[in-house]
Amino acid sequence: MIRDITIGQYYMVDSPIHSLDPRLKLIATFVYVICLFIINDVYTYAFSMLALAGIIAVSKVPLKFIMRGIKSIIVIIIFTAIINVLTTKGTHVLYELGWFTVTLEGVYMATKMVVRLIMLIVSSSLLTLTTTPIQLTDGIEYLLKPFQKIGVPSHEIAMMMTIALRFIPTLLDETDKIMKAQQARGADFETGGLMEKAKSLVPILVPLFISAFRRADELAMAMEARCYHGGDNRTRMNVMALQKNDYYAMAVICGFVVCLIIIMLVM
Amino acid sequence: MSIKINNLTHIYNEGTAMAKTAIDDINLEISDGEFIGLIGHTGSGKSTLIQHLNALIKPSRGEILLNGVDINAEKSKLKSIRQRVGLVFQYPEHQLFEMTVYKDVCYGPTNLGLSEVEIDQRAKKALETVGIGEEIYEKSPFELSGGQKRRVAIAGILAMQPDVLILDEPTAGLDPKGRDEILNAIDEMHKRLGIIVILVSHSMEDVARLVDRIIVMHHGKIVVTGTSKEVFGQAKMLESIGLAAPQVSYVMMGLKEKGFNVPQDVYTIDEATEVLYSMLKQVK
Ligand SMILES: Nc1ncnc2c1ncn2[C@@H]1O[C@H](COP(=O)(O)OP(=O)(O)OP(=O)(O)O)[C@@H](O)[C@H]1O
Ligand SMILES: [Mg+2]
Repeated sequence: MIRDITIGQYYMVDSPIHSLDPRLKLIATFVYVICLFIINDVYTYAFSMLALAGIIAVSKVPLKFIMRGIKSIIVIIIFTAIINVLTTKGTHVLYELGWFTVTLEGVYMATKMVVRLIMLIVSSSLLTLTTTPIQLTDGIEYLLKPFQKIGVPSHEIAMMMTIALRFIPTLLDETDKIMKAQQARGADFETGGLMEKAKSLVPILVPLFISAFRRADELAMAMEARCYHGGDNRTRMNVMALQKNDYYAMAVICGFVVCLIIIMLVM
Repeated sequence: MSIKINNLTHIYNEGTAMAKTAIDDINLEISDGEFIGLIGHTGSGKSTLIQHLNALIKPSRGEILLNGVDINAEKSKLKSIRQRVGLVFQYPEHQLFEMTVYKDVCYGPTNLGLSEVEIDQRAKKALETVGIGEEIYEKSPFELSGGQKRRVAIAGILAMQPDVLILDEPTAGLDPKGRDEILNAIDEMHKRLGIIVILVSHSMEDVARLVDRIIVMHHGKIVVTGTSKEVFGQAKMLESIGLAAPQVSYVMMGLKEKGFNVPQDVYTIDEATEVLYSMLKQVK
């Protein structure tokens, strides 16, 4: 039951997008998100949407999985829409609603915000859908390296992320086991009021914390036993190197930005 | 108390790409007062099977009857089933959480909604059974030794006074002394209370010494069941599924190969000692 929770949402399939360098995908997503905040008119919106649709098609990730990300923020989307419709002032009044007036401009603004929000979510979940968490942390570590000079511990950040990711399934397993062990002693996690439910968590949380600390201790010891001493002079098992496809992708990204600028200038 | 398992199948993550059949169409009957040994290679489905017996896992197919009543039929009866079927998990000391040993053992009976007097009696009796003295009652469970922790955790289940006691590798990670103490406590309890005991173990010696009947699992199926003589007589078959007969039986085989006329159905050290002793006497 508790195993059903999936962290990260990598969708395993073999596609050109999946095999791209994670660094490139991180940068591309970053660039795309910035573009989303710059674009302003129907044409640029349409073009960005088209580009995103194209990438989704190439990635082979079923639309169902992409929509899942949207489902989880549906409340925020609806809220954004309502706020925009009700608060945008304009001249073309469509409907009068007590203190609020619904204007054509408001509807236009709301649509724009909602579409922007959806594209934002879709593009960023496309990144996590096509990149394994480990690849992502590797990419982040590499991209943070230049900031090491101003004191950002890029290797340590990446190592912490990797370890956290590695232990999420283990801790879920452990929780499952402890829950079952307490249920075997007659524990009841389902019925009762809020206070009782909170109280019934103690027999789970105490053993869980103890085991997490024990594991952390053991892991630290095991890492030191193998002479781990941070990121200096460490070489990697998988050296990230740009492939032919990565250069094509780079061209596509540049092409996208250039086209966007042209459209904005012309229209 | 009797247990009957009909066509039990359990598939983890059914309907996904990670589907895994852990229990494959098992039929089994356990009658009152039996001491059962459950053996099988790692991943053969032992833990999965025993978690079905107190409804911690629901069957994918099939049913489990406790005294003729399907345990998954009524959700409201779960507590009473978990009281009647006590399950001690592997490394049960990981479930300890209370401030004192005594309070931790009281957790189970308290959940059953018993009176304070009754809870107190049960907790003390359970702690006595596993050999934890009164001087330890008010200690924190976390300052005890591994073997003591294990015994406190087992007492936590015993305090619920189950009619069926299931133990998943209760001696894993203990030293020989701790192991013997726990096994002897279990054996004694079985004799005194006459409850069903199911012992999951990787030690063929312990199983041969203690249990009435052995159940051998492999790939989610029951391969054979019978007395230790019936099961360990098939050493070749056991080896083929990653198990083995008890060590002494190999000593007996070796002796026979060297031309000594020793019986081959000897599976415990005590029996072997006796056999070899009388043989040596004859030789003299
Ligand atoms: N919660 C779970 N989710 C998915 N698969 C599981 C889960 N628990 C066990 N399995 C799988 O089911 C199979 C049987 O596991 P089980 O724990 O019952 O074996 P076991 O006989 O107890 O082994 P061991 O001797 O190592 O304790 C294994 O292949 C295991 O990988
Ligand atoms: Mg097991």
